[in-house]
Amino acid sequence: MKNNKERQLKISILRFDPHIKGDKPRMESYEIEEAPGMTLFIALNDIRQHHDASLKFDFVCRAGICGSCAMIINGKPDLACRTLTKKLPAEITLAPLPVFELIGDLSVFTGNWMRGLNERLEAWVHEQEEIDFNRLEQRMEPELADEIYELDRCIECGCCVAGCGTIQMREEFVGAVGLNKIARYQLDPRDKRTDRDYYELIGDEDGVFGCMTLLGCEDVCPKDLPLQSKIAYLRRKMLEIGLKSDTHSC
Amino acid sequence: MKITYTDVLVIGGGLAGLRTATGVKARGHDVIVLSLVPPKRSHSAAAQGGMQASLANSVMGQGDNEDIHFEDTIKGSDWGADQKVVRMFVNTAPKAIRELAAWGVPWSRVKRGDRQAIINAEKVTISEQDEAHGLITARDFGGTKKWRTCYTSDGTGHSMLYAMDNKAHEQKIEVQERMEAIALIHENKRCYGAIVRNLMTGELTAYVAKATTIATGGYGRIYSVSTNAVICEGMGQAIALETGVATLGNMEAIQFHPTAIVPVGILTTEGCRGDGGVLRDVDGYRFMPDYEPEKKELASRDVVSRRMIEHMRKGKGVSSRYGDHLWLDITLLGREHIEKNLREVKEICEKFLGIDPAEEWIPVRPTQHYSMGGIRTKLTGESQTLKGLYACGEAACWDMHGFNRLGGNSVSETVVAGMLVAEYIADYCDDKASSVDISSQTIESFMDQEKEKIESLLNHKKGEDAYQLRESMEKIMMEKVGIFRNGADLESAVIELQALYERSHNIEVKRSKSRAANPALVNAYRTQRMIKIALTAAYGALLRTESRGAHSREDYPERNDKDWLKRTIMSWPATTNKANTNTSKSLPDVSYEDLNIEEMELPPGFRGYGKDMTIKHPTSIIRQKQVEKIQENNNQQGLDRFKAQNKFMPYENLLPEKYRGRNERLTERFNDDDDEVKGIDNEK
Ligand SMILES: Cc1cc2nc3c(=O)[nH]c(=O)nc-3n(C[C@H](O)[C@H](O)[C@H](O)COP(=O)(O)OP(=O)(O)OC[C@H]3O[C@@H](n4cnc5c(N)ncnc54)[C@H](O)[C@@H]3O)c2cc1C
Repeated sequence: MKNNKERQLKISILRFDPHIKGDKPRMESYEIEEAPGMTLFIALNDIRQHHDASLKFDFVCRAGICGSCAMIINGKPDLACRTLTKKLPAEITLAPLPVFELIGDLSVFTGNWMRGLNERLEAWVHEQEEIDFNRLEQRMEPELADEIYELDRCIECGCCVAGCGTIQMREEFVGAVGLNKIARYQLDPRDKRTDRDYYELIGDEDGVFGCMTLLGCEDVCPKDLPLQSKIAYLRRKMLEIGLKSDTHSC
Repeated sequence: MKITYTDVLVIGGGLAGLRTATGVKARGHDVIVLSLVPPKRSHSAAAQGGMQASLANSVMGQGDNEDIHFEDTIKGSDWGADQKVVRMFVNTAPKAIRELAAWGVPWSRVKRGDRQAIINAEKVTISEQDEAHGLITARDFGGTKKWRTCYTSDGTGHSMLYAMDNKAHEQKIEVQERMEAIALIHENKRCYGAIVRNLMTGELTAYVAKATTIATGGYGRIYSVSTNAVICEGMGQAIALETGVATLGNMEAIQFHPTAIVPVGILTTEGCRGDGGVLRDVDGYRFMPDYEPEKKELASRDVVSRRMIEHMRKGKGVSSRYGDHLWLDITLLGREHIEKNLREVKEICEKFLGIDPAEEWIPVRPTQHYSMGGIRTKLTGESQTLKGLYACGEAACWDMHGFNRLGGNSVSETVVAGMLVAEYIADYCDDKASSVDISSQTIESFMDQEKEKIESLLNHKKGEDAYQLRESMEKIMMEKVGIFRNGADLESAVIELQALYERSHNIEVKRSKSRAANPALVNAYRTQRMIKIALTAAYGALLRTESRGAHSREDYPERNDKDWLKRTIMSWPATTNKANTNTSKSLPDVSYEDLNIEEMELPPGFRGYGKDMTIKHPTSIIRQKQVEKIQENNNQQGLDRFKAQNKFMPYENLLPEKYRGRNERLTERFNDDDDEVKGIDNEK
């Protein structure tokens, strides 16, 4: 049923398949009719089903929870699944996230990048003793648990990496996603590492001192994590450690 | 031919798969985990409301223990669950949650003193004890006697999966993502691994292993609207079925969640009602107390979903361009509570509906949510019929949930099953008999078969469009294999699905011929397999002429223990796979596995919803008498609850040794000098 009130959307997508010899990056446009409640998840599936079956993109939960579908939407990184087309102009431009390895079209390999980061920062709880899981669990202040959860909400979507000015110049920079992880473990009493240990991981220009405070990360974080205040906090902490070790070595 | 060898191949990087992998690795076996997506994006990440474990820390959980968790789970399952499996589960769940706490999950904690809560639409004050301060707290969920569902806001699955995946990093577990298992390698009723397709390059590799574990989650996407992630397509069940040897259990047992948003089917957690939210109809009237005066909105999921449909059928639904719906009202919980404990729900409402749930009601409708059915296993997680193949998590029919799973019991099952099954797998791998003795010729023939299938999909001329077949399948499932089922609809569903199955032999991948990353090719081979899975569900539902849990037949409204206290078991013998010409066999083989009433700790009884319409099994009455007798003896001897339980249905010896211990609680403190309290009950 045609409904005259619906807009015609023109969706232009940066296409490139590195697996096809001789393929070159190009923009391709598709015209589809908008439907009520339409998200980019619905629109892209519509294009794949009716216009171009080879179009590559990633969705998993399609509910804004898993972080698979980050892409550049009209110039800004965001989650495609929960972007309603009605909030966008009728001409929409989509491109894959930069920085990450391209799989094809809008699909990028964030997984190996994030795993590399996690391994580099040892983003897990470093416990000193085995627990006895038959006994009562270790207690934690309720407010502290909430605070840790706040930082634990990062979904590794890559938006902050795509929106980061530093990373364009400094490939090894851990990004807001990495610094947020350190902030999370620094807060967590179950992680037995000391500030000095964290300093070893991020006390340099590829870590907390590399951030140029351009705020790009916090602006684009789909989970609204308090990235800038956490980075600022970490920087102060790490500076203290840095200064201390300087005086020690004198 | 590329072959990769390992001790244990784990197919699936969700909670179940990752916990299995960490377990076998800790026992010294090599393991490779395969996943379609980065493990942290597995569907487990979407679990919102929480994880059940009977810690009994909060005052609202006081008195809770394994016995009550056991009873709730069996009743929830409508007596379809395996009671020994449930006992193993309830004893391990507290250990699982405490282990996860140590691994970093920031579980919400008990705060001493008074706090406001909403119970039955009224403000009440709950006073938490001093001694519980800082321990893991819990919220209320449907079908449970106590507040037992532990949580981190409504991002529980996310926190659990992140902690688990980080643990896997620490243990240096090899995880390969964007890798899809498309067939199992097997010979003489023994599984040897899988043929795996790289979704980025298209390359096929044979993974050869002593033990292969399927932890691929559910099959919700055979329906057009589902709360499940788009990758929950039942491929694990399908490749097991295609061996012709492994069996699937209770595929017709499919859960519908009461509150997914309309129209897109994204979930709002049961925690909304657990925390005090209510359901309202077109008149704003709270209707659930009329149907279920005792549990109201917190009756078991299958019950609430049916009541909602009944109420809408009476004309009380809110009509919309997407069909009728009802309202979920959480405004009474207040903004502060919503912004702290129901954050994902709030984001979902804002982003997808453009509403503020602290001010406005949420449009909801019951929607496909969970697959109770799956790969049928023994209680060790091993297939009953294909040696060396294991399954756990939502992919399996272990059978902890019977015909209806309780909210919060699934993420709990994934972790517990991972812990236990890892031990059984490790035992198996320790045994010399598990060493791999398969010829490379056999491996190659499996590889060739898969290559051929892919080539024929790409090369068919004037073939069928997979997208169309898939849409038809989804529609048939929605319209004819839904919440209320009847013989006529189910029969036509099976016939129509059979026709689709025939057509699916002739799928052509149109307009997209790449052998590397190619979504159309992926859709083509998955659609073929999904239609088979849809057939097992529809056919199982047609044959089961009773109503049990989520399987509700309007033409057979009573639960019929006399004839149906059994599991549906299906296999699809290999001969029907190959021959495109063999049109006579487009259905799986069916058999039934009786549940043993004589061994039940909790003999079949009334679940407590609506009126009792059970057709009783004669043995139930005999067993009930026995159980009463045992109870009497236990009372006379003054046995503690552990010894008493042992008289009904011993199970401890079934658990791996390291998981046999008791669980400490505030009211059941361990006395360090007293081994008997702390450790195993040695008395058999
Ligand atoms: C919206 C939502 C909310 C929920 N909330 C709760 C809750 O609050 N509490 C609760 O207890 N339960 C909840 N559940 C249910 C629970 O989340 C799932 O049952 C559970 O997480 C399943 O975990 P799993 O490890 O078995 O599978 P999944 O997490 O689904 O993981 C499957 C894995 O298998 C991989 N895979 C699949 N096929 C292949 C293949 N062919 N080859 C290779 N890899 C493959 C995938 O990549 C993935 O890594 C919820 C479910 C939904 C839909």
